[in-house]
This record gives sequence, C-alpha cells and structure tokens, in this order.
Amino acid sequence: MKPRFLALAAALIGVSALALGVAEARPLKWAAAGDALTIDPHGQNEGPTTSLNQHMYESLTERDHAGKLGPLLATSWRVLPDDPTTWEFKLQDGVKFHDGAPFTADDVVFSYERAMQPTSDFKGYLTSIEKVSKVDDLTVRIKTKGPNPLLVNNTSSIRIMSKAWAEKNNAVKAQDFKNKEENFAVRNANGTGPFVLVSREADVKTVMKRNDAYWNKAKVPLEITELTLVPIKQDATRIAALLSGEVDFVQDVPVQDIARLKNQPKVRVTSGPENRTIFFGMDVASADLKGDDVQGKNPFADKRVRQALNMAINRPAIQRVVMRGESVPTGIIMPPFVNGWTKELDAAPATDVAKAKSLLAEAGYPNGFSTTLHCSNDRYVNDEGICQAAVGMFGQIGVKVNLVSQSKSIHFNLIQKNPAETEFYLVGWGVPTYDSDYIFSYMYHTRTGSQGSWNATGYSDKDVDGMIQSLSREVDLTKRNATIASLWTKLKDETIYLPIHHQSLSYGMNSTLDIPVDVANNPKLKMVSFKGS
Amino acid sequence: MLAFILRRLFQSLLVMLAVALIAFTMFRFVGDPVNQLVSLDTPAAQVAEIRRSLGLDDPVVVQFLRYIYNAARLEFGVSYQFRLPVISLLGERAPATLELAFMSALFSLAVGIPMGVYTALRRDSWLAKIFQAVSLVGISLPTFLIGILLIYLFSVTLGWLPSFGRGDVVKIGSWWTTGLLTGSGWKALILPSITLGLFQMTLIMRLVRAEMLEVLRTDYIKFARARGLKTRAVHFGHALKNTLVPVITIAGLQLGSIIAFAIITETVFQWPGMGLLFLKAVQQIDIPIMAAYLMLISFLFVSINLIVDLLYAAVDPRLRATIGAH
Repeated sequence: MKPRFLALAAALIGVSALALGVAEARPLKWAAAGDALTIDPHGQNEGPTTSLNQHMYESLTERDHAGKLGPLLATSWRVLPDDPTTWEFKLQDGVKFHDGAPFTADDVVFSYERAMQPTSDFKGYLTSIEKVSKVDDLTVRIKTKGPNPLLVNNTSSIRIMSKAWAEKNNAVKAQDFKNKEENFAVRNANGTGPFVLVSREADVKTVMKRNDAYWNKAKVPLEITELTLVPIKQDATRIAALLSGEVDFVQDVPVQDIARLKNQPKVRVTSGPENRTIFFGMDVASADLKGDDVQGKNPFADKRVRQALNMAINRPAIQRVVMRGESVPTGIIMPPFVNGWTKELDAAPATDVAKAKSLLAEAGYPNGFSTTLHCSNDRYVNDEGICQAAVGMFGQIGVKVNLVSQSKSIHFNLIQKNPAETEFYLVGWGVPTYDSDYIFSYMYHTRTGSQGSWNATGYSDKDVDGMIQSLSREVDLTKRNATIASLWTKLKDETIYLPIHHQSLSYGMNSTLDIPVDVANNPKLKMVSFKGS
Repeated sequence: MLAFILRRLFQSLLVMLAVALIAFTMFRFVGDPVNQLVSLDTPAAQVAEIRRSLGLDDPVVVQFLRYIYNAARLEFGVSYQFRLPVISLLGERAPATLELAFMSALFSLAVGIPMGVYTALRRDSWLAKIFQAVSLVGISLPTFLIGILLIYLFSVTLGWLPSFGRGDVVKIGSWWTTGLLTGSGWKALILPSITLGLFQMTLIMRLVRAEMLEVLRTDYIKFARARGLKTRAVHFGHALKNTLVPVITIAGLQLGSIIAFAIITETVFQWPGMGLLFLKAVQQIDIPIMAAYLMLISFLFVSINLIVDLLYAAVDPRLRATIGAH
C-alpha cells in the first residue's frame, strides 16, 4: 500500500511540476518587416536595429512607450552646480552583464568613447562631449565643450557594453564598413538587458532567452521566457503568420489590413501616433526654378503662393482616404511629444480653395503655374498615395503638378545633395531628441557644413540662425523655451514647409497580449505581461 | 573537339564579362550607397572620405576592373548593410535556395509527367479536362498570387502548414543546412515548392502530353501494337521513353531559371535564400551583394548551357561531324 501511495504522490508532484513548467514557458514570436542590420550596439542608428538591440543592451536612461525619459542604468543625474559644462550620472548598483561581470563606471566610459569613434553611427548624439571620466565605480562625469542643458536626452540612445568583454574579443571599435574584418560584436552580444542572445541568423531569426538574473526584475514584468524575432518582409505573409498563430506580435501592420484584423476575435490591434511628421518642402530661395513653367521667377519664393498651397491641401481627406484614419492631420512639422509643441501651433489651416486662388492671383499667378513634385514610394506609410492626392488638390487651385515618385534611395539623394536637386519634395521627420532644436537645426538653419543638412529649401535667415544657435548654449530652460516658441511662431507664418500629418503606427497581436504602440517604434517587450494568467 | 570546348569556354567567359559590365553600369543608377551607410547628421567631409575609401570616386572603368580582379579570386567584398563578407552571406543562403529549387524541380517532374501521360492517353476523360484547366491556371497566374492563395488556404484557414520560413534546420558539415531531416522542415518546404514548381509542372505536363500524342501516332508504336504487345508496355515501355528525351532537356535548362527566379517565391514565404538576400540588397543599395548575386546567377546559366552544348555534341553524331570539319 505504502509504496503505491508514494508512487502516486510522486506522480502527482511530477504532473503538477510539469504543469507549472508549461505555465512558466512563455515564448513570444515577434515579426517585423525588417531585421536588425547588426547587433553591435554602436554600429547602426536605425529603427529595426535599435528595436532588437535594446532588449540585450541598455542605456543610462530610457524612454517609455510614450516617449517619457526615465532612469535605467543611471539612477540620477545633474549638472554640477558650480560647472554648467559638466554632467554627473550616478549609476545603478548591483547590475551584471550577461556573462556575469559587474557593471561599473569603466564600462560607461568605454562605451561612450566607443560610440564617439568615427566608425560609430551614434557619434552625432555626442558631438558636444569633450571628455567622459570615471569618478568612482558608480559615478561618471561627462564634460561638454560648452554648456549643454539637453545632454541627458541623448543618453537614452547610447547603449552600454562591457569593457572587459569587448577587449577580450577584440571588439573595441564600433563596426566599420571600411574594415574587411568581421567584428565579434556583429554576431555576439553581452549587455545588461532583460534578454540574452541565444542565436542569431541575420534575416532569418534571432532567438533570445529571458535574463533570469536581470537586475531590474522587480520593476518590470519580464514574463516572456523566450523571445524570437523573425523578419517577414512581405505584408500579406506577415499578416497571414499572425492570423495563423505562427507569430504572436506583428510590428508593421499595413493600414489596409487594420480594419480586417480588428474584426478577428483572436487578434488585437493597437494604434498610436509615431514620432514622425510628413510634409512637403519647396525651394524658396532660387531666383528661377527649373521644373516650372514660370520664366525668370520662382513662385515658391512668394509667401502668398506657399500659403495658397498650404490652404489647398485637404488634410482630413488625406487622413480619411489615403491613410484610412491612421494619421493625425497637422499644421506644424513637429510631432506632439516634442518640447515646444502646442495645440495652437499644431492647428492646420482650413481647406479654402477660393481663398487660395485669390492669394495666387494676388501673387501674380491668376492662372496658376506648373511644377514638379518629387516623392518617395517605399519609405513612409502610403507616401505615394499622399502625393497623388496632393497633386489633385493643388490642381484645384490651378497649380499643375507633375509627380515623380521614386524609391527612397534615389529620392533622399535629391534632397541631400547640395545644392538640392529637387524644388518640391515630400519628406518625413522624426525627432529622436524630443526637442525642437533638432528640427530647427536640420530643417530651418542655413545650409552650412554641419547644420541645415536637410534644409533643401534654401531658406536662410540670419536672425533665425542666431536664435537656433543660441538654443544649444542657453542653460536657462525658461528662456530657452521662450526662444523656441518665438522661432515656431515666425517659422509657421513663413510657411517654408507644408505639413500634412503625424504618421500613426499600428501593432497587431494575439489577443492575450496588449502591447502599446511605442512612439519611436521600438516596442519594449520586457514590459509585456500575458493576460488571464 | 578540344577546339570546340575551348571556343565555347571563351564565349562563356565573354558572356560573364558582359553581364558583369551591364550589372555594374546599372548600379550607377540605383542610388548612392554612402547615404545608406552614414547617419543623417554625418558631416559632408566625412561622407566624402567614406566615398573615397570605398573607391566610389574612381572612374567606372577602374572600379569595374578592380571588381573583376577581385571576383576572379572569389573576393566579393563586404556587404554594406550587414558588414559581413558577401561570399559567406551567399554561402549561408545557398543551401536554402538550392534545396527549394531541387524540391520544386522534383515536384514538377513527379507530378507533371504522370499528368501529361494521363491527359494524352485519356484525352476525353473528365479528369484530363480538370488537369488541363489546372495547367492553365499554373501557366497564367503570377507566382506571387499563387503563393498568397496557398498561404491563405493552408496556413490561415486550415492551419496545416507554416506560412513562412524554413522550419528547423539541421547543420551538415561546416556550412550546409538542410530542412529535409526535420518534420517542420518538410512541412515548410511544401508550399514554396508547389508555388515555385507550378509553372514548370504545367510546362512539363503540356510538353509530355504533346510529345506523347505525337509519338503515339508514329509507325513503331503501330508496329508494337501489331506485334500484340500489351497496351501498358506500348505506352510506358515504348512511347513514354521516347517522349522523355526533350522533357529532360527542358527540365535541365529550367533548373537554372528555377534557382534564378526563386526571388519572388522566397519573398512571399520569407524563405531565407539568396533571392531574398538579393531583393533586400537592391532596396538597401548593397552593391557588393547585388553584383555577386548577378555574377553567380550568370555563372549558373552559362555553365548549364555549356554543359548542355557539350552533351549535345557528345550525344548527337551529326553535330560531332560538323565540329570535326571546322
């Protein structure tokens, strides 16, 4: 009797242990249109690459899904009271890398120096830094060339790797395309993050397992035991994989599939605005345009023409028809999370064909004119459709637009060339620093060697340039914000760009999940918790 | 004979060079690779420096000669987007493409030949008519659409087969991977193989049917019947055997195009082969991968054609005689 009972008990225990084990295993398969280009934390500053790497490597600070900055590997930070050019970061104690080595100030200094190398793709965030130095094991000081009140905003992009590991494996340099050698960090990872790399096959799948020794376990759910990223390029296949249950979470849901997915009982769709605004730019400076039929004059140089074009765009129609509701029409080229954004600035002018026509007549173009619009067709959500719709709307006020829509690789080249090879173009802009300064210095500052690199409009105003430059020096945030506000008021009135909308993002997932849209489109899967468990 | 072989080899080499040259000229128009390499805020001076270090400022002729010199040593450079050697990237993907191509060729033969024989022998049966209709679909529907339809039927609606990927693969040797040794690997192969092989299958079926009808009318078949041989022996022993000669030629030549045109099927099913790599390279302006892939495919076609030419010479005595006369 007794042995039998024992056997039964043992079996029961075994079964329940098994059941627990099953309940514990929570794999999540995550599909996105593109794969990370590399897992070197400082190799590529690109969306899908960051999305993957942030699960293995962590930064001093982190932005949550709504774009709010918070502590991560750094617990607190401040500008030294007696020296406005020095930032001090206190580091989290008790953090360990995946290989068990403790995280210290040495690793921070090493990683920042690695990210500042010419071969790193993140050096742009760190140009203001003069020196990074260790004070003690848990304190780091960053000395900047001049006062930089916003340095902390950039720290969320710089991921920290282990100094000892990089040195041991000869990966002290960020990967370099000029170098014919393969860098160890391209295929291997050792961060402090919530997931540990198991295997990676570029463009096929990347498997990670939960970091059971994760230092921040108490604050995040971290319920996923195994995380697999599979890139699926084809929209239809990616959605089919979600519907058939082969993947649990799809990052890039095409707008035309959203309505259909929402009707599926086993699928949940979340949507939200992305940190990206779509707009048109035009050449406001040249004496004469090449692509128009007006001789000896540049119609875009006249503010009334720009205002007329701005009024001709029917933004609600683009939102409804082209974007199927998945966008937020706007009157400013700044996403809503950015410092400097206000509701008043965001307001777009009402569509008014009659008034637009009279403005054109006033400017000397009663019969309109013709011009050429350049557009990308594979970069933003329905970018070609937006352009086609706009061409029709401009036609209504007599501006005949010839549309040239091309692949992003050719399109952006036209804009970046100096002088630009386009006079009227579509572009989208995200703001990784969440501050207006980023937009001003790329989009409005006069084109010089280091600034205004995306300002293909030729717009150049000495006062504006001066005000933009003052932003990077001003330590008094109230004064700084006042400068930002007055800059926007002036620039919005100038109508250098024609804003269309803020792009929205949608995620599709298994209905046991509820993953909010991340404004930077870098979903943080350590935050996932499964429902009904 | 030796002169013939040498001449053919020389011609093949010329074709390869021509392909390389055309490919190279084309790349001048796909966009600027440096823009894909640097971040938005890279100073202009640095962009120029990168362009110079990659040799993109040199005259096209110099770039071309440098490329040919390196390609001859199987040195295809480092991919711009992955920062890994192109040769190892292509090597990693080759097993997937070759396995898929082989399976779809097998499928098209194994299904196409019996269907062709059946439709030739039972011309008026309803099944033959269905086969004919199916073959029309296979010839006219684009591969892309067939793939999507199969996914929606077998993956989404029925849930029997996976919609993407290769399943679990087993590593053989240092670089070959195969899905043929796992259940999920076999399951993953079914839909892409059918999608890729459907066109070839209908081609083979129609070819077999036409040839078979032709052969059945010939004198030796009548004679065989007159000798009192069983219908079975006449059909399969005499007629089919003679039908298969052109079928094998076509199938061999088609293998090259199956490998080369797997791009679409690979994209639909996210099949991690060389075609998918190539397509992504085109979008990212990854010139080293594009160039190496085009060279590889042209090499494939050139060698298949070369082998076929040589085989013809070996098989056909008439051709041999003309070659000797030269």
